[in-house]
Amino acid sequence: MSTDIPKGGPSAVKLADSDFAADHRPSDLGGALRDYWAQVRSGDLGAVPAVLGIAGLVVLFTALRPETFLSDRNIANLFTQALPVTILAMGLVFVLLLGEIDLSAGVTSGVCACVMAKLMVSAGQPWYVAVLAALAAGVVIGTAIGWLVAVVRIPSFVVTLALFLGLQGITLWLVGEGGTVPVRDDVIVALANKNMPVALGWALAVVCAVGYAASQFWRWQRQSARGLAAKPVQLVALRVVAVAVVLLAGTYLLSQDRAPSPLITLAGIPWGVPLVAVLLIICTFVLGRTAYGRHVYAVGGNAEAARRAGVNVTRIRVSVFMIASTLAAVAGIVAASRLNSVTPSEGSGNTLLYAVGAAVIGGTSLFGGRGKARDAVLGGLVVAIIDNGLGLLGTKAYLNFLITGSVLLFAASIDALARRRRSATGR
Amino acid sequence: MPVTPVLELRGIDKSYGAVKVLYDVAFTAYPGEVTALVGDNGAGKTTLVKGIGGVHPFDSGEYYFEGAPVRLGSPRDAAALGIEVVHQDLALCENLDIVENMFLGRERTRGLALDEAGMEAAATSTLSGLSVRTMGSVRRRVSDLSGGQRQTVALARAVLWDSRLVVLDEPAAALGVAQTQQVLELVRRLADKGLAVVLISHNMNDVFAVSDRIATLYLGHMVAQVRTGDVTHRQVVELITSGRSGDLGLPR
Ligand SMILES: Nc1ncnc2c1ncn2[C@@H]1O[C@H](COP(=O)(O)OP(=O)(O)OP(=O)(O)O)[C@@H](O)[C@H]1O
Ligand SMILES: [Mg+2]
Repeated sequence: MSTDIPKGGPSAVKLADSDFAADHRPSDLGGALRDYWAQVRSGDLGAVPAVLGIAGLVVLFTALRPETFLSDRNIANLFTQALPVTILAMGLVFVLLLGEIDLSAGVTSGVCACVMAKLMVSAGQPWYVAVLAALAAGVVIGTAIGWLVAVVRIPSFVVTLALFLGLQGITLWLVGEGGTVPVRDDVIVALANKNMPVALGWALAVVCAVGYAASQFWRWQRQSARGLAAKPVQLVALRVVAVAVVLLAGTYLLSQDRAPSPLITLAGIPWGVPLVAVLLIICTFVLGRTAYGRHVYAVGGNAEAARRAGVNVTRIRVSVFMIASTLAAVAGIVAASRLNSVTPSEGSGNTLLYAVGAAVIGGTSLFGGRGKARDAVLGGLVVAIIDNGLGLLGTKAYLNFLITGSVLLFAASIDALARRRRSATGR
Repeated sequence: MPVTPVLELRGIDKSYGAVKVLYDVAFTAYPGEVTALVGDNGAGKTTLVKGIGGVHPFDSGEYYFEGAPVRLGSPRDAAALGIEVVHQDLALCENLDIVENMFLGRERTRGLALDEAGMEAAATSTLSGLSVRTMGSVRRRVSDLSGGQRQTVALARAVLWDSRLVVLDEPAAALGVAQTQQVLELVRRLADKGLAVVLISHNMNDVFAVSDRIATLYLGHMVAQVRTGDVTHRQVVELITSGRSGDLGLPR
């Protein structure tokens, strides 16, 4: 090959200008669908399995328990049941995005709930002091895990397995053998047991729907005005409509009077639901729209590449464990509110399994680099529906364990197969 | 008045554990010039580049940047000085798209949020400058790209910034004929803009076509750093394979 490049002078060859045709072609729905299908075929399933799972499970349990499963009361129940597992899973998404695991997240929620309950009951502290202390406990635990994983470089599963045992010891010590700590504070109890006024619920749902629509269209408008890659406007509209329908339908269902006797009214969205909504919005923003979130994905995708690009990998690693443990503390508070007490076994057992299952079912990869905050919500609903439905069916405890374990394995297999599919298509 | 080199290394040593890779290496790169770094496989070229870029800092030796002694502890330090490196093993995040990779670690923000539109526009114009025709969309994930396309992304990433020194570790290894030509043109243009460019290549034609100086590493020793016009093709090949050629290179 002979190349002749003039030295010291301007380049003699006129550079052909390039075309990023796909970015400027006005995209349509058909094209978007084809892109999506290509994505699915190469193993990136997105939210599809979780949405299908929810639909399938609802049909199944409605068929098996027609009079109870879809009753207004059970639906409200289902939502409160999903709260702790969803919050826990949302924190785990951050850890899973790095390809790490936090096996101690469940018991962390237990310890933090215990700290809160003890402060209120034994030390007579107001609820906000107790909640802050619980969150602080979460931050401390997360920092410790993060330091051991990121600085000392012990594999996260070993560190958190050790903490899984150690923290149960601390809960046991705090609560005392065989005892439980009651949670009677009005504010804390309201979180999972009281509902928003119906009007406020509607107002909030409408605000959320409009806000979502505005942010989506604003973004689309900005992108297309500058001639940048944008999704087709029909697709944006479709998504906005879908989200609005889900929001309003949910609000409608929860606004029905579900009191067991006609003498009282019991209606409205449980207070924990807007809490999850706020967390979802914050986490989605952080992961999708900030430099920090971008770095989390980068470290999960290729830590060495991220390091060479100037990302402080250690700090990212520590931070995700801090986030996971802090959200675990929130989950623990909600769980304590739901049960009105903290027991020594709080957060052990299948809590963590459910949360990891929720994240993975929602579409977060165990191999790192892929996942979203909304996965926790979708997956959390699936897990709660299974738990709730099996409860209504009155299945034996052993079957419960078997079924839930299988669901997690199934979700993990889909993840692993999708990953193989991606490498087979060169992704 | 002699020109201050952008980069000057003296007495560089580097070992990986018990394996010593660089012995007392000296190296300079001048502004407005392309310095080719050549040597056989395993000679230590990539190791030298990783030290320059702060990826694996040197064990000992002096490192001067624009005349001032500096200490690099991490790639971030190198980027802050204005050093851009395209690594041989490309160091891209496959799960991110082209724009995200190009701005990784140096994202533009508006307040808290990322300025996606601004970054996308800048990435598109940089890539257009590199005459990339087949990429389709700047929002494609890197995992979907071919080896050559990835190399172009890595290159675009390096030229996006206002840097003083650009180091390219075999940037054309996976490229087709036309793309290689474009990379060489780009290398020349960067130097003509006043940057110092270090180019690693095994292709002697490319080296002679584009470089002003040639530095030769032989088994971890810098055996010669000469002006390209002062040596012949054959001499450079001899330096690479045996460490000496006539009165150049290792003493007899
Ligand atoms: N991470 C490492 N750990 C141990 N030894 C290494 C490491 N990286 C490189 N080496 C050794 O250092 C020597 C120089 O390697 P280097 O990658 O710098 O060569 P190179 O000149 O870039 O070769 P090539 O032309 O094949 O890219 C080789 O002998 C190699 O085995
Ligand atoms: Mg090399």
